[in-house]
Amino acid sequence: MALLETRGLTKTFGSVTAADNISVSIEAQEVIGIIGANGAGKTTFVNMVTGYQKPSSGSIWYRGQDITPHGPRQITRLGICRSFQVPQVFPSLSLFDNLLISLGVAEGERPAIWRPLRRPHLHAAAEEIVARYDLASYGGQLVALLPQGVRKLLDIAMAMAHRPQLILLDEPTSGVSVGEKFGIMDVVMGALRDTGVTVLFIEHDMEIIERYGSRVVAFAEGTILADGAPRDVLADEQVRRYVIGEALHRSSHARGGAPHA
Amino acid sequence: MMGTDKTLTVLGATLLALVAAGFLLPDWAVFLLTLSLARGLVVLGLLILWRSGLVSFGQALFFGTGAYTVGLLVLFAGLRDIVALTVLAALAAGLLAWLVGLLLTGYRDIFFAMLSMAFSMILYGILVKTELLGSTDGFNVPHPTFLGYAPAGEKMRVSIYLWTALVSMAAAYGVHRHLSSTMGQLGAAIRDNEIRVEYLGASVRRVLLIQVIIAGALAGAGGAVTAFAVGHIDPDAMAYWTVSGEFVFVTILSGTGHILAPFLGSLLFELIRSFAFQYSPYTWQMVLGTSLLLIILFLPNGLWSLYARLRKGG
Repeated sequence: MALLETRGLTKTFGSVTAADNISVSIEAQEVIGIIGANGAGKTTFVNMVTGYQKPSSGSIWYRGQDITPHGPRQITRLGICRSFQVPQVFPSLSLFDNLLISLGVAEGERPAIWRPLRRPHLHAAAEEIVARYDLASYGGQLVALLPQGVRKLLDIAMAMAHRPQLILLDEPTSGVSVGEKFGIMDVVMGALRDTGVTVLFIEHDMEIIERYGSRVVAFAEGTILADGAPRDVLADEQVRRYVIGEALHRSSHARGGAPHA
Repeated sequence: MMGTDKTLTVLGATLLALVAAGFLLPDWAVFLLTLSLARGLVVLGLLILWRSGLVSFGQALFFGTGAYTVGLLVLFAGLRDIVALTVLAALAAGLLAWLVGLLLTGYRDIFFAMLSMAFSMILYGILVKTELLGSTDGFNVPHPTFLGYAPAGEKMRVSIYLWTALVSMAAAYGVHRHLSSTMGQLGAAIRDNEIRVEYLGASVRRVLLIQVIIAGALAGAGGAVTAFAVGHIDPDAMAYWTVSGEFVFVTILSGTGHILAPFLGSLLFELIRSFAFQYSPYTWQMVLGTSLLLIILFLPNGLWSLYARLRKGG
């Protein structure tokens, strides 16, 4: 049985079709990179799978269970978590408290109303995450004051507090300087690999896709253009024209130098 | 968990000091302290909501419900025991908070504040129009008994005061425990980012609803002891929107930095009001307004931040 399966997933916003009949099957332990130009439907896909947006038609199956009607909270509880393109964290709290709260919520079916959050084993777990994600020097700092790269890591670490079976990363390296990208991905992928979680990540950088993905799904205009091993997909004629061409243009533009994808 | 123990010690010491004050201070001061503690109970509830980013401008709804629950049970059911009546008043207000909260928790910011005020004015309207409940005149509340003990003469005032002090410190401990819990700590998280809270697997609505219920029950208990302390209840003193406004006023005055801040702020509020009323009966509201203005200007995080600042400086 597939870990996650979408069947004919379609999402329309008025006359715009953001996702058009997306059927994809994901097996446990895969590390899937999702590529596509802006507006190709990548984030819409992630939003639908995590319950943030309801599909106009089609269904989503997780370990044989239809999760289409569920909202983010139920889906999180079932073991699908996500990070965001713009990190969704708690800026007025310290990084450590962000993690403690995430762990505290993950601990029980419902957040405890009386039992203290600050207990030794949660502290230890938070310390472990801090070390794992290379955040030790930021623990006590207010998240509002932290650099974007650190917030991105925190966002992912918080999503992982639930020990999900499947994690969806929405552009884990966007908004991060080129020099930091690989460092961040090494930390993230290292931490995720240890837990055996299945990963689905949206990425614009083909080098990152090639290095970390075990499979690539290319989106274009709401449909799946290609799906397969990174080498094959990235060599695909149509993908090169519709997806990578865009990406090349984007990256050379952004870096102000020669493209290297 | 060190913190919990320390807070418990501080609250215990405060309770002892309050008990001593009850026997040492003159009658008027004991009365003033009773009202301050009762008001502090309501503000304690507002502190919880404040931390979660909500300001209720209708807490008089629950304060009034508590007071009138006591009044009605005394008048029509013949109950006199202050312990049972305080609990029942808190339950009644909590139940009402649950019902109202189902709707309220769908709103935030100014909409939450205004809707809560609207609900409280419905209660006010009902009370004013109902002859059976004494209409605008309200009615007198007879002296309570204390688990069978019926204090005579001057002992009554001190007894009500001691009960109020006990309830206040117990409530403060309960709220402290709640704020230290996972759900309590989620308050600040909800204020910051509701989307992440939902994606952590917690229900924002449920957390806020429970906190509205806790705040409502605390206000109900505050209303109950106030009814006994004053010996009279009427809509203008218990359920009018200005009463809610005073609670918010005291919350700002107190600051949300510590569990005892609401009681300290309430005490200062009662002191300013009493003395302003005594020395300038025609402009006492101006004195009150000026003091709030000064507090906001110089201590934007409330009275308690003064203590925090002093400790840091020392």
